[in-house]
Amino acid sequence: MKHTISVLVENHSGVLSRISGLFSRRGFNIESLAVGPTHDPAISRVTIIADGNDYTVEQIEKQLNKLVEVIKVKTFAVGECLSRELLLVKVAAGADKRQDIMTICDIANARVIDLTTSTMTLEICDKNEHLKRFEDLIAPYGIIEMVRTGTIAIQKGADVIAAKK
Amino acid sequence: MKLTAAQAMAKCLTAEGISTVFGYPGAAICPFYDALLETDIRHILVRHEANAGHEASGYARITGKPAVCIATSGPGAVNLLTAIATAHADSVPLICITGQVNREQIGSDAFQEADITGSAEPFVKHSYLVGNAADIPRIFKEAFYIAGTGRPGPVLIDVPMDVQREEIDFSYPETVDIRGYKPTLKGNPMQLKRVYKALSESEKPLICLGGGVFASGAAEEVRKLARLMQIPVITTMMGISAFPSADELFFGMIGTHGVKSANIAAQECDTLFLIGARVGDRAVKTPLALEKTTQIIHIDIDPAEIGKNIGVDLPLVGDAKTVLSQLLELAKPAKHDEWIARLSALRGEKTFAEVPVGTVNPKRFINELSAAMPAESIICADVGQNQIWTCTDYVFADKGRFITSGGMGTMGYSLPAAIGAKLAAPERNVCAICGDGSLQMSMMELATAVQHGVPVKLVVMTNTRLGMVRELQTNGYGDRQTAVFLDGSPDFIKLAEAYGIPALRVTDENTKREAIDRLANGTDSLLVEVVVDKSFPTL
Repeated sequence: MKHTISVLVENHSGVLSRISGLFSRRGFNIESLAVGPTHDPAISRVTIIADGNDYTVEQIEKQLNKLVEVIKVKTFAVGECLSRELLLVKVAAGADKRQDIMTICDIANARVIDLTTSTMTLEICDKNEHLKRFEDLIAPYGIIEMVRTGTIAIQKGADVIAAKK
Repeated sequence: MKLTAAQAMAKCLTAEGISTVFGYPGAAICPFYDALLETDIRHILVRHEANAGHEASGYARITGKPAVCIATSGPGAVNLLTAIATAHADSVPLICITGQVNREQIGSDAFQEADITGSAEPFVKHSYLVGNAADIPRIFKEAFYIAGTGRPGPVLIDVPMDVQREEIDFSYPETVDIRGYKPTLKGNPMQLKRVYKALSESEKPLICLGGGVFASGAAEEVRKLARLMQIPVITTMMGISAFPSADELFFGMIGTHGVKSANIAAQECDTLFLIGARVGDRAVKTPLALEKTTQIIHIDIDPAEIGKNIGVDLPLVGDAKTVLSQLLELAKPAKHDEWIARLSALRGEKTFAEVPVGTVNPKRFINELSAAMPAESIICADVGQNQIWTCTDYVFADKGRFITSGGMGTMGYSLPAAIGAKLAAPERNVCAICGDGSLQMSMMELATAVQHGVPVKLVVMTNTRLGMVRELQTNGYGDRQTAVFLDGSPDFIKLAEAYGIPALRVTDENTKREAIDRLANGTDSLLVEVVVDKSFPTL
């Protein structure tokens, strides 16, 4: 089962390598990892999508908490968070296919962000499963390059993950 | 106060009460070595950086406080890795200080450059690559705090040479506040009540002690609780000597290399109370079977150890000494006569097999040595058959102390650890027990002992084999013995003499008696070679 884990860490160099090293040496399966600053410049937030049973997730949480630079760890329960990924894709599409692709973009809430006579570059920001569906719809037109971020997630409702003072 | 960062580093050590450090210099750490000259800190020059770490480890295990080892950049730092990993596996608090190339050279594959913070990452509790000289006081304060509190462990501080030379305003911080590091010391009162209820209702309770008892300094509380509630006690290898070996409540070491009474006790108990023991694979081979039939209570200061290797019914995060003190406030006397009688019947008299003429039974030697040694002696076993013989046959008195590389199983640990231990407790008799294989991994430290006047005793069990591997090949590989023959070893008596250390060889009863007498009662260094038959078994 896939789990979404949010980790607040000190914004120090080397923290990311400590976290990724921990996952590889303890044999935890990691599907995606995204990191970025927060509104507090001293704190970065890492979102990890990891695969494993309850035992594994408990171990991941406890081992992450042992890292001195890890401030807070939270695993979201199913349906507890809103998640997004960003996908950029370049399609080999000349004038004849443009209209079809734009229709797909319209329905899927994607955008055309660059255009040449022979290619279209598309952007979509959505949940992981919607990105997959969009990719499937675009694939027949000829994907020549694709890049996507890891998942980031935030808690639904008014609750927040905050660092203890 | 204006100081160079190197002087500040030395001042930090003084502020932390450090009086002895272990190390090996090189260009990248020279500013710090120069600054050390201005302090009262005694520097022990080792003969290999790994042994600086092991000596600091032996020192830290006896003082219970972080000890300091020092190496230069590149190969010096990388040589430290084995000791860092060894300390990490056994939760020993070390401060490892390494020199690094100048900041602008980092990443350029400069001479003697190694990414030591990166290399050591899996084996440290925390590490620092110092980028700003002004951070030195805070980093040292944090490093000592992190290494010595919670579950102890090694902390690495890597300091570029140009940082060491920079001038800073020095003041040592009085407090430390790390928001991501807040170890839990006290046990949850509700959970404590549940633990006590489970213990008091149990008919066949059993306490299993691990190395955490030493890390926490909880031996006294453990003894009080076990005696008050009449609960039998076993230990892991790391817990040996936390409870007196000859106590009527003590039933030995658990595990694949443990003793029958301890292993049967673990199988038959209805409640297993783990204190600072992480249930390593060598201690409990089949934790899944055990957790099904037995109620497991687990105290550990590291929450990640609880539920990692064995399913737990009653987890309790906290410092063993604190938690047991809390428990003792609740505890009332209890009796488990039938259960204790059942386990006592398993003990049996120690018997020692006859051995070929010209050799000595090593288990018997260790057993007789323990009877003669002063009660508060410190025994450092190496790794291999010598380690198991010491674990099973040395009878630790009330104040005796056993140290060994339990988790990592690092050969060559015993001699440097003994040197460190002796420096920490000069008034105690310190004896390393090793094999002819393990001695040859660190025998260069004989020079360290001589140079610094550290009179350690050394027992070398020579069977001209890597005995434990030989036995594994005999039992598991159809006796196809390979790469276990120690031909070419020196004459250890002559070797000791070359270092100016008295030595004698034990081959029979007479020489044995003399050796044991001199090990137990002599005050000088002594090397004793005990000749062991090449096929003498581990168990």
